[in-house]
Amino acid sequence: MVYVRETTQGSAAIPVTEQRWRQRSGARDFGRALFRAAPGRIGGCIILGLIVIALLAPIVAPYSPVKIDIPNRLTGPSAHHLFGTDDIGRDVFSRVLSGSRISLRVGLVSVSIALAIGVTLGMIAGFYGGIVDLIVMRVVDIMLAFPGFLLALAIVAMLGPSLTNAMIAVGIGGASGFARLVRGSVLSVKEKDYVTAAHVIGATNGRIMSKAVLPNVLAPIVVLATLEFPVAILAAASLSFLGLGAQPPSPEWGSMLVSGRTYITTAPWLINFPGLAIFITVLGFNLFGNAVRDAMDPRLRQR
Amino acid sequence: MAVYIARRLLLLLPVWFGVLTLVFLMRVLVPGDPVDIMFFGQQTNPEVRATIRHELGLDRPLYVQYGKYIWGVVHGDLGTSITTQRPVVTEIKSRYPNTVVLTLASLTVAVSIGLMAGILAAVYKDSLIDTVSMVLSLGGLSMPGFWLGLLLIYIFAVNLHWFPVLGSMSPKGLILPSVTLGVIASAVLARIVRSSMLEVLREDYIRTARAKGIKESTVIIQHAWKNALIPVVTIIGLQFGALLSGAFIIEYVFAWHGVGELAVQALQKRDFPLIQGIILVVATTYVLVNLLVDVLYAAIDPRIAYQ
Repeated sequence: MVYVRETTQGSAAIPVTEQRWRQRSGARDFGRALFRAAPGRIGGCIILGLIVIALLAPIVAPYSPVKIDIPNRLTGPSAHHLFGTDDIGRDVFSRVLSGSRISLRVGLVSVSIALAIGVTLGMIAGFYGGIVDLIVMRVVDIMLAFPGFLLALAIVAMLGPSLTNAMIAVGIGGASGFARLVRGSVLSVKEKDYVTAAHVIGATNGRIMSKAVLPNVLAPIVVLATLEFPVAILAAASLSFLGLGAQPPSPEWGSMLVSGRTYITTAPWLINFPGLAIFITVLGFNLFGNAVRDAMDPRLRQR
Repeated sequence: MAVYIARRLLLLLPVWFGVLTLVFLMRVLVPGDPVDIMFFGQQTNPEVRATIRHELGLDRPLYVQYGKYIWGVVHGDLGTSITTQRPVVTEIKSRYPNTVVLTLASLTVAVSIGLMAGILAAVYKDSLIDTVSMVLSLGGLSMPGFWLGLLLIYIFAVNLHWFPVLGSMSPKGLILPSVTLGVIASAVLARIVRSSMLEVLREDYIRTARAKGIKESTVIIQHAWKNALIPVVTIIGLQFGALLSGAFIIEYVFAWHGVGELAVQALQKRDFPLIQGIILVVATTYVLVNLLVDVLYAAIDPRIAYQ
């Protein structure tokens, strides 16, 4: 957490060049800490690989992910169809490749929604305190009374099954965690001298929140956001698996698994490749998230 | 202690009331006409619709509906399922015990694996055991439950024929679903146990015990692990929530006839009274389990109740 504070706090007193140098060295320290241990490197590589696959999927995929080819249905993995074909002859390899685009988008959109709602709520609750804080935090408590992804399930039940709604639901479900975290950090930051100083020079509340408070509570938010990424991907895939997220013929991994499970005895590749894809993706983000958390913690960084 | 429990209960009431309100609002906030949704947007006779509307009380003002809903819940009436036309309470009652059995079995699996792996990893820190158990834990954390379930079905039921494939409510049929849920939950637990154990092992009283010449195994069993358990209890409570929501997916995968499977069916048919009922019951269970965990926590660590 010291990393961000060093670069933003008290910046007025430091000459611009030195400030830049400090920022660069802070970022370099962070980068070094992030990729020093194997988990950070492996996680980073997996994510990079995923992004490349997602970008290149339409070019490198040998077939269209939705092209039906009934004569070649349920053929096992071969040179023609690396991961085999599904019940209506679609190429599983091409589908898994283009599924990566959906998964990354799901993670990005869900976490952004959670961030937008959670950070705003937490900021308002922590900054204004009093009755506002009380009301916001009781709402958060109620949201946290729904175990795991049950809240997302309830929201998607209301909005109706679709991938967009699943992303919204997962985002809202994850917001309470951010709200709690941000509120706690804001409570400690708002007592600092530079916030008082900003009040004294007559800055508006909105300006203080965005210019003085937010940059100094950013570090824990970044950590939680990276850790929330795999959770969101997994939750959305689960919703799709239950038929409440992506709808056919979308090559979403969770929905591929559920349509493949009918053929578990005869065509296990229909569940194994999408399952493996989810596993590797979530693993990559988990490894990376843990590395970000450790790198952000200066006590761990110095070791 | 009694004061502590009473205070916790009092704090819980507004939260539970909030949950109740949110569950009530579910149907109100649904975009579109609820009667339309029941018929999946098919054309229906306006008279039939008006009758249904009246029967469900949808023609009344919102506060009347809310009051009626709360009155019903307090008296154990959660409405009538649209698909089966049976009381929601009856539907849930027939499924609830199965979910409890599955959750408790999974919890047993999770706690046994999690404790063992976590303690071993901490005691043999930086050894091969530590690395392997932490890698496995990360793997478990990244594992989609539905894939693990299907893999276990494929290996142990389809190929090895050790277990029934689907829909068996026998004790044998319980093994695969509870292992699936339990293994995944144990991943988080193992990490927490490990770090809690490492912290305890640094305490003065452990050093004293070792200095007295007590055997290392006695130090671990008699002195360390009971203290390491304190923070773990809270995590077990949270994990119970993960197990409850995980049960929705795993019951669906294994055709285990619990409330989770019922919920998925209700969700697919958009049977709102049933969905609302199940969500309310599961959330209430979770809230109560967390209360129990808090009490347990205070019982293990008397310092808590006096704070």
